[in-house]
Formats: sequence, C-alpha cells, structure tokens
Amino acid sequence: MGAAPSAVGTSGTVSQSGRVHSLQELRRSASLATKVFVQRDYSDGTTCQFQTKFPPELESRIERQLFEETVKTLNGFYAEAEKIGGSSYLEGCLACATAYFIFLCMETHYEKVLKKISKYIQDQNEKIYAPRGLLLTDPLERGMRVIEISIYEDRCSSGSSSSGSSSSSSGGGGGAGGR
Amino acid sequence: MTPGGGSGPMKDCEYSQISTHSSSSPMESPHKKKKSVPKRKWEVFPGRNKFFCNGRIMMARQTGVFYLTLVLILVTSGLFFAFDCPYLSEKITPAIPAIGGILFFFVMGTLLRTSFSDPGVLPRATPDEAADLERQIGNTEDIANGSSSGGYRPPPRTKEVIINGQTVKLKYCFTCKIFRPPRASHCSLCDNCVERFDHHCPWVGNCVGKRNYRFFYMFILSLSFLTVFIFAFVITHVILRSQQTGFLNALKDSPASVLEAVVCFFSVWSIVGLSGFHTYLISSNQTTNEDIKGSWSNKRGKENYNPYSYGNIFTNCCAALCGPLSPSLIDRRGFIQPDTPQLAGPSNGITMYGATQSQSNMAAATPLLQSEPSITSEELPLPGKTSISGPCAALTLGQPTPPSSMPNLTSDSGLTDIIPLKEEHEGHQFLTPEEAPSPPGMLPSGSPITHSHTMHVLSLASQDSLHEDSVRGLVKLSSV
Repeated sequence: MGAAPSAVGTSGTVSQSGRVHSLQELRRSASLATKVFVQRDYSDGTTCQFQTKFPPELESRIERQLFEETVKTLNGFYAEAEKIGGSSYLEGCLACATAYFIFLCMETHYEKVLKKISKYIQDQNEKIYAPRGLLLTDPLERGMRVIEISIYEDRCSSGSSSSGSSSSSSGGGGGAGGR
Repeated sequence: MTPGGGSGPMKDCEYSQISTHSSSSPMESPHKKKKSVPKRKWEVFPGRNKFFCNGRIMMARQTGVFYLTLVLILVTSGLFFAFDCPYLSEKITPAIPAIGGILFFFVMGTLLRTSFSDPGVLPRATPDEAADLERQIGNTEDIANGSSSGGYRPPPRTKEVIINGQTVKLKYCFTCKIFRPPRASHCSLCDNCVERFDHHCPWVGNCVGKRNYRFFYMFILSLSFLTVFIFAFVITHVILRSQQTGFLNALKDSPASVLEAVVCFFSVWSIVGLSGFHTYLISSNQTTNEDIKGSWSNKRGKENYNPYSYGNIFTNCCAALCGPLSPSLIDRRGFIQPDTPQLAGPSNGITMYGATQSQSNMAAATPLLQSEPSITSEELPLPGKTSISGPCAALTLGQPTPPSSMPNLTSDSGLTDIIPLKEEHEGHQFLTPEEAPSPPGMLPSGSPITHSHTMHVLSLASQDSLHEDSVRGLVKLSSV
C-alpha cells in the first residue's frame, strides 16, 4: 500500500467506522486498507518502549484510551522482560557458570515474558481490535521496531461487479477486483 | 493506483497466481523452485551470513580466521594435556589438568557460542514499514507507482532523540531501510544492522553485538586465563625437567612445550590486552565502536557524557554480563510458507483471507515462539552433536547489496575478498518487494518474512471455492 492509496483508503473507511464487525463478518468481508506503525520511543535509552502517541489514522476506529492502555501495557511487559535486578543477575550468573550451556535446556526470563506478550496481544485483538476492524502485530515479528496495526475495511460488495465495488470503496486496496 | 478491476492491471503487474487447489499448493509461487519443502527464513536471509545445521548456526561470510583460532586453541591445549600434564600431575598435583580442563571447556564453549549465535541482527524493514517511513520523512515521489528504489537515493536522514539528557542522532540505514536504534550500527562485512554493535571480529568469525557480547567477553577472559595457565605450567614443566636432566635435554624430551610456550607467549599480550580493554569498556558501558569514534569522550565537549552508563562500575558490569538476554529477532528457522496449516493461526477466530499482505498476521499467533523451539535452542548444539546431526549444509546466501551506510566499523582484518555469491533466485525476492509498490504484493513472491500463519490463512481460504476468485482478485489488487 503506497502513500496515496492509503490516504484515500483511510478517508474511505470513515463512513464505515460506526460498524462493529463480528469476527465472522470480518473474515468474509474485510480487506486490508492500510497499516499504521507505532514507532519506538528511545528517550529512555535502548530499552524497548513504544510511543504512546495516538496515530491520527486510528482516530475514527478506536478510542484513544483503549489504544494507549494497550501500548502502555506492552511497554510494561517489555520493561519487565528487560529489568535488571536480582533474578536476572541470578540467571546470568548461573548461565555463566555453566558456560551458557544451560540455555540449551532452559527458557530465559525474557522468553517467558515474550510469551506473555504474545498472549496479551492475541487477547487484545480478539476482544478489542478485531471488532473494530483492526489487527495488532506482535512487535517481535517486526524486529521490535514497530507495533504494526493493520486497518481493515469492509468490502462494499458481496460478489457483485468489481469495478463498482472498487470505485465505491476506497482506493486503499479495498476494491475487490477480479471477481 | 488505478481503481477498477478488469484484466488491465492484472496483465501489467507480474504477480503469480495463487494455486487455490488445496491438493497442489505447497508453494504458491512460481518464483520459488518447485520443491515441496517449505523454505526456512534463513535460506532467504538478505545479509551476508553463512548458516549451518538448518539455520541453527549463524556466522559471517569469512570464517578462515575462525578456523585458525580453533586450531590454535585445540592444538595448544591438546599438546598441553598430552605432553605436559602427565608430568605435572605426577610431580605437582593432578589438579593442574583438572583446572586446565575446566578452563579449556569454558573457552571452547564461549567461543562456539560467540561464533555461532546471532549477535543481535536487526531484520530489515518490511516494504510497508519502509514505505511508511518514507512517507513520514516527506518523500514526494510516488512510491505506489513502483519507482525503482534501487536508483533512488534520498539524502541522508537523521532523527534526533534525547536520551538521559544527551542528544543522540539516529541514522537511517539505506540498506535495511530503518532508522537504527541507538548504539546499533551496520556491519558492512555482514551487511546487517546489529544492535549494540561492538565490532566485527574475524577471530570468532562473527559480529560482536548485543546478544553475544557477554559470550565474547567471557571467551577472551577465559582464554587469557587459559593462555597464562598453559604458559606458566609449561615453563614450570621445563624448569622441573631441566633441574633433573639439564635445560637442553629437557627441551629435547618435551618438544611440544616449546611450541606451546611460543604460541602462548605471543598470544598472551594481545589476549590479555584485549581483555583489559573490554573490561574497561564494560565498566564504562561503551562499545568498541563508540570508544573508537570518541562518541562520549570529554574531548567532544564538556557536556558530553555517556547516557547509557548506569553511573557505577558494578552496575555497568552486571548489566552487560548478567543482564537479560534478548531473543533473536530474525527467526532463522521459521518457515516462510508452510504447506500445511499446522499453526494455531485462527486461534483468535480471525481468518483474514484478505490478508495477502504477508505482514498482516493473525493476532500475533507468534510463530516465533510457537512453531520453533529455536529461540531456546538457537545457540550452539554441543560440538559433538554438530557432527552427528545430519548433513549440515553450508549455504552462502544473500545477494551482494552494496554497503550503503557509512562503514563505521573497525575491521580487524583487511580481508575483503568477496566470494562470488551463489545468487539463488529466492534471494531476489528482496528486490522485488522493495522495487515494487509498497504492498508486498503477492503473498508467494512477497516479502520473505511472510509469516507462516498467513499462508495458513490462505490454504484454509483456498479450500473454499467461494474465495477462490476473491483471492485472485486481492492478489491482483495488492500489487497495484
């Protein structure tokens, strides 16, 4: 999705923002309109934190507070994973003492937290984002650079002519050509 | 983007039709070879790395010096245990070979872990991300129309961030299409951005970065101890022998000791020196890169200080050596497109068959953690295992992307003889989505970081005949 189409796409979805999608509906009718990227916040150093600034493209799709809460919770998880304290020292020293062979059998604290994060994101998607036609991507899959939020929109047509649907729905990839 | 369907755009864009017949769709792209085995991500990794043991082991391209290191350590230690230890354990104490053995074990373990593990490579930006960044920076060129990014070089971009009161510039990496996080740097030898990049060490055959710095430090520390240990006891051995039989006879009786002494003598200065240098770096929480560039030195200005330092030496050391170990971000052993829907993709109930965009995945049913135990076992298997575990094919991968970013690394060796790459067709996948408009386009030929569950989506979808046409349509659509 390039710059122009996504801009068009976003505006095109405004009209449909009020609709709450069920998951089944989403499956049949949604198509990817655009993606929003929440970048990293490096003001605290190299620790993994994401910006809590509310992206304007989501203005019409989700309440600001929900979004901010999601990002803040994620930030909290990452802070917990990277926390330098007693338990992490213990883990590090133990690993060093075994010449790091213990990593072959043991899961690190960081990995445990990442699993928690993955579950949380799944949960959030199910409960909050999918009903609004959004989808969060785990930052781990993007190299911890961004939180990618995919914005889906309804395809207006349900099997009718392609040109009609594509012109009526926004140009941001919503048109389901080739039917 | 031209709205409207029809066959016009279909002919213009070179997309590959997804075979929606469930029985015959292991690989959905004619770009891929007609194998039925799904490819793992390491096979299409864009950097200049070598992978062994099906992606478990990751090294730099030039590994000659690493083998030299290995040989030196093994031979010297082997000679020590074979020729000096019997005499010493009799004459002095059997604790000597025991301690020597422990040190040797530690050295080998940390060396292999340093060499074989992912130093903290940052995966390259997906086309969507890159496009988004470009847009943010205010690029006016119409990326959507697929202008080739190969010939287009925007001016260097930097972002400024204030970290702990210090202004840090984040540079944009043209190769990886990301703004590098603080302390990250692009290694031109490996053609990767590496987090907390320290240096590229040919002796270990890998970059030293965030994830393997502690192993590297432990390696050089234990190697210094081992070198000093061997040197000291070889000398002791020769002295004890020469007390009995005279100096020349002692040398004749154990010629190996001479070799060991020579090797150790020349190594001890550099290794111990290096250990000392890195101890200083760790205690001040700097990287070699930063130290050499003088990023945080007082010479740059009175107000210049290291914003990453925790303030005291102890905390800095603990953070560097005992801090949490972040997992690998590149998921070497993950599959690009599995043939069978084995992942718990629709666990949240969303089956986005519309998601031909390969990056749109299912609510983070993270394949990284679920499908692969590689994160826990990504580090080296025991050396013994390596030989047993089947044919470990060494592939030379990636295409020779020009190192476009500033070569701000200090390479210890001057070797730059680039082995001509075996450019696999798959390697070019990376060019296609970059040059094409930002949609990664066809799922099959799309971004190599296509997630397995997205394909799972498609396979499920493909079984539904109703979706067949729409999938085709979406495929066409997303390429515009």
